[in-house]
Amino acid sequence: MFKRKDRKPPKATYREVWSKGGWASKLSFFLMGISSFKNGQWVRGIAYLGIQIAFFGWLISQGISALSMLSNLGAIKTKQVVFDKQEGVYITKLPDNSVTILLFGVLAVLLLVGIIFLYVTNLRATKKLYIDNRDGEHIETNMEQLKSLFDSRLHTTLMTIPIIGILAFTVLPTLYMISMAFTNYDSKHSIGFSWTGFAAFKNVLSGDLAGTFFPVLGWTLIWAICATATTFFFGVLLAMLIESKGIKFKGVWRTIFVIVYAVPQFVSLLLMAQFLDPQGPLNNILLNWGLIAHPINFIGASANPLVARITVIVVNMWIGIPVSMLVSTAIIQNLPQDQIEAARIDGANAFQVFRSITFPQILFVMAPSLIQQFIGNINNFNVIYLLTGGYPMNNNYVGAGDTDLLVTWLYNLVFGQTQRYNASAVLGILIFILSAVFSLIAYRRTNAFKEG
Amino acid sequence: MKSYKLQRRLSLTFRYLLLVFLAIIWLVPIVWIILASFSYNDTGFVSTFWPEQFTMQNYIGILNSQQFPFLDWMRNTFIVAVISMVLSTFVTISVAYALSRLRFRFRKPFLQIALVLGMFPGFMSMIALYYILKSFNMLNLGGLVLVYVGGAGLGFYIAKGFFDTIPRSMDEAAIIDGATRWQVFIHIGLPMSRPMIVYTALMAFIGPWIDFIFSGIILSSSGNARTYTIAYGLYNMLHSTKGSSTTYFTQFIAGCVIIAIPITILFVIMQKFYVNGITAGADKG
Repeated sequence: MFKRKDRKPPKATYREVWSKGGWASKLSFFLMGISSFKNGQWVRGIAYLGIQIAFFGWLISQGISALSMLSNLGAIKTKQVVFDKQEGVYITKLPDNSVTILLFGVLAVLLLVGIIFLYVTNLRATKKLYIDNRDGEHIETNMEQLKSLFDSRLHTTLMTIPIIGILAFTVLPTLYMISMAFTNYDSKHSIGFSWTGFAAFKNVLSGDLAGTFFPVLGWTLIWAICATATTFFFGVLLAMLIESKGIKFKGVWRTIFVIVYAVPQFVSLLLMAQFLDPQGPLNNILLNWGLIAHPINFIGASANPLVARITVIVVNMWIGIPVSMLVSTAIIQNLPQDQIEAARIDGANAFQVFRSITFPQILFVMAPSLIQQFIGNINNFNVIYLLTGGYPMNNNYVGAGDTDLLVTWLYNLVFGQTQRYNASAVLGILIFILSAVFSLIAYRRTNAFKEG
Repeated sequence: MKSYKLQRRLSLTFRYLLLVFLAIIWLVPIVWIILASFSYNDTGFVSTFWPEQFTMQNYIGILNSQQFPFLDWMRNTFIVAVISMVLSTFVTISVAYALSRLRFRFRKPFLQIALVLGMFPGFMSMIALYYILKSFNMLNLGGLVLVYVGGAGLGFYIAKGFFDTIPRSMDEAAIIDGATRWQVFIHIGLPMSRPMIVYTALMAFIGPWIDFIFSGIILSSSGNARTYTIAYGLYNMLHSTKGSSTTYFTQFIAGCVIIAIPITILFVIMQKFYVNGITAGADKG
């Protein structure tokens, strides 16, 4: 590592490699790996050349058609009956499947970027070989190159498979969905769709979905603020209660609360929905104790929106406070005690100590992770989906209910009745922008306190 | 002096009472879930807190059910969980180690790209994943494993934070003595991070047991209940029985309890790692 930094190779431009290099260097600009072959590095040469041959094989057999079809996502958009002159009969032509065309188009673009990346590394290797030959330096042998994969190039060995996984299962789907936001893929164009530019964005921001988007966005932000603030605040209080002097079996108390968080959410939340049902146990208990006269409809389809929203926040406290309690416990245990003692000696009571010393200190340490939690809550799918499923219904909304967040609405737009795939992709991009903005704030804040 | 002592006593009693009260509130729904799994019920709905009649029938029912092949789900999930645990741990630890300990040109861009990718809602890519797997005929448990392992490369944050805290002096000493970086990784990095590997492996193992969304999208199209995983199977069980016939509701709860108990225990044991992960993240942002 250190050696490579010290030894600054004399600069050689690619122009120099091209004009002064031998035939192998020149040929390497067209056929990857040739100069490696010439210098006896045939393992690398075979790898480069093999990849190039495979790429061009694919390009000719499928790549060109995949890329060219990307421009219009298939020529035939609707089912049509055409007259076949050769056969002399009418035949039904099915629309081109734009979903697959788009998918393979994006895949082709990704492969193209990949081969360009490899081409650049090939040029770099060619240049290095040229320089080594020119200056009479030692040229890596096959064995040395293979060995370096476990030493100076260990990162290549460790990262290649994971990066392929990320490209295939995260990057490709994400790019695919981003491009979907610029099409008219919906229930009316479910097989053959075409590029429509920013029309879907317009639909969401000012068209027929705007009446749903802005209220849902508003509720998402309110929810994220309330959920983050309540779990944080009460989590800190609970942690202080358990950590306070005189309480025994602190670990046991903590575990009791953590159990709730540890139960898989699809169990705890699905059953919580039953627990809160108008005929469920909670209403039964409250009725028996005479606390209420009629069962309360907390989260059903016809519940009061405000009641449902408050219920969702309260249930989220039930799940979220234990985590926040655990984290603040770790922080409280490491807080400097001298300030607190000084305040005690000056006659401050427990509440004053909490308000002026402990709480600000915890807030200071946790600020960045709070913003992360805030972003997590914007994307909190489980609580809403499992608990209320977006209910109660709201007739003014398209495919959403009163407790639906942007993410659950996104899900409904795809898997629900409405099937507005392009709108869901737009929502995904908007959620991304929302998260990015808040992350940027978090990032700047963290930097701010690294410096001071 | 006496009044001070009395005040302290009162305060302690009050705090204990508050804790007990809170603990009861927190545990009531959980206790109800367990009680309901033992309640004899054929109305398909448990509306009382304390069961009117206790029975083991729900557990026997779910384990022998033809309509809901619980044991098949367990087996499927176990296979998926073990394979995905082995591969995901390998992937996550490799990435985390490389990003934490090795310096290479692509490191910074990779971290930035990972950050950006993490901001896209995961659901956005689900339709795409469905079509990708469909076009390769992989809408089955194998495809599910691929999805879990493919996502593992981006779950490196906690493990990387752990590697960052291990002092580098041993690595440097070993390299001066002529060890290759691979030897450092195998003989120093991995043994020192054993708790992290255990944590990563257990998290990867738990994942398939609690994921009902991805498994639902990938496995539902087969329509064959025997190929489901446990989380989707149970989720689907409640939804297919809702409305039409609700006789299986208590069996559903029994099934939930069976799998929730081991997961809960694992999670409670691992809570320390989890906290370390979050607070480590808080330090670095």
